[in-house]
Amino acid sequence: MITAERKPMEEILECINPYNRILLVGCNECVTVCAAGGRKEVGLLSTALQMAFMKEGRTLEVKEITLERQCDPEYVEELITYIDQVEAVLSMACGCGVQEIARRYATKPVFPAVNTKFMGASERQGVWSERCRGCGDCLLGLTGGICPIARCSKRLMNGPCGGSTKGKCEISPDVDCAWNLIWERLKALGLEKKYEEIMVAKDWRPSWHGGPRRIIREDMAE
Amino acid sequence: MKTDSVVEKVLKSGQLVVTSECGPPRGANPDKVREKAEMLRGYVDGVNVTDNQTAMVRMSSLSACIIIKQMGMDPILQMVCRDRNRLAMQSEVLGAYAHGINTMLCLSGDHIHFGDHPMATNVYDLDSVQAIQMVKKMRDEGKFQGGADIDTPPKMFIGAAANPFADPFELRVARLAKKVKAGVDFIQTQCIYNMEKFETWMKGVCERGLHKQVAILPGITPMKTVGMAKYMKNRVPGMDVPDEIVKRMGGVPKEQQAEEGMKIAVEQIQRLREVEGVAGFHIMAIEWEQKVPELVERAGLLPRPKF
Ligand code: SF4
Ligand code: SF4
Repeated sequence: MITAERKPMEEILECINPYNRILLVGCNECVTVCAAGGRKEVGLLSTALQMAFMKEGRTLEVKEITLERQCDPEYVEELITYIDQVEAVLSMACGCGVQEIARRYATKPVFPAVNTKFMGASERQGVWSERCRGCGDCLLGLTGGICPIARCSKRLMNGPCGGSTKGKCEISPDVDCAWNLIWERLKALGLEKKYEEIMVAKDWRPSWHGGPRRIIREDMAE
Repeated sequence: MKTDSVVEKVLKSGQLVVTSECGPPRGANPDKVREKAEMLRGYVDGVNVTDNQTAMVRMSSLSACIIIKQMGMDPILQMVCRDRNRLAMQSEVLGAYAHGINTMLCLSGDHIHFGDHPMATNVYDLDSVQAIQMVKKMRDEGKFQGGADIDTPPKMFIGAAANPFADPFELRVARLAKKVKAGVDFIQTQCIYNMEKFETWMKGVCERGLHKQVAILPGITPMKTVGMAKYMKNRVPGMDVPDEIVKRMGGVPKEQQAEEGMKIAVEQIQRLREVEGVAGFHIMAIEWEQKVPELVERAGLLPRPKF
């Protein structure tokens, strides 16, 4: 999933300070799962913002709504009923959702209320960690199902580097060394030989270095 | 001979090679480079010039290499994958070779997190193994990494680093084997203090016959004080300093610790030169370059061959 974390209150308040009527839009997908921008967080943020305004002797009208998917034009269309009644939109979705609103409602200011972080998985209750960087050419099949691009601090494709210590990365004892994980996993699979193969320089074109990416499915596109 | 590198010539002649290093200044004063390099003249076969070591900005390795080359000495260009993509790396190799620099080291580099610009972006377009492949292809096939022909290919003698003490230990020989497969010519190791562990690693290296394909230069760093020993033991990732060394350094009065550190280093060299597969030494006297001549002399590594 795409993970996110709410921005600091001061930053959000600064964005909406010029306005008195806003639309606060959550999303029912990833940000709900990582407890950053679902219905519940929309409710909490709405109350907090209104209280902050009250302290200043102002009132803030907040229309709360949580869309099924904010990165989908079909659902973003639902905002049409409210958009004219507000001065600005505050989105609790990931950056994709925020941009979908900006695209659809060309003259309405929209602000992000969360920082979109990474594609990751839930480690345990309340902890998420990065797993994939969307490099566009997945090599997990070569690395025992552990991604060196997202999880090695130096993105090494032929690690581990000389800083790997007791299973941890040189940058911090709190970070697992991806190459240690890869090695342990290759051993468990009886694929130690695989380690000996050099992974050659990656072609970064399918990744973010090739410019903004699109997927066109001829069989589906109209 | 693949190149005109003095390091390669010394190795070919069957003698132990000795390299040391010079960290460029955190400023634009060329005399700082000259002072440090001058101390090493006649005592080493090559001078590594570090590349933004510990992720701190310094004068570029290439510029400092040129200064050293102009002094009639033999610099070794260090190049980390952290700060440059493959375009910048290749153009640097061409530029270095154009200035007569024919020996280099391909490194991953310390993570940016450790330096004075932790807010910067990490490049890592390539890793060190891929960088070795690239420079070898430039030299042997006369082709850029992207495939186009090079007019006047750079004939670089290619080095890399190895840390026999990092984890997982069982992978350390295999990782070296990958660098060998990629085409590395010589290896300078992390500072060695744990002799037994180094020897175990070397045994693994020889068992796979890697010592016949690559020259291994163990890293030697004389300790100045017991404080330095403790710091290296506890603070530097991937460093293995046994308790005996710390005890031995702490067992003598403060004024004698530097001498004790030198003695340890001399003993280490004397022991390691007998180890199968050891082809020379890389002496890293961190901020203590003036001691390198004495150490080389006391360890019996003089005179250095002339070509
Ligand atoms: S290899 Fe690429 S696509 Fe696969 S998990 Fe890693 S970043 Fe994601
Ligand atoms: S310690 Fe492991 S995860 Fe960290 S940079 Fe080195 S190889 Fe990558």
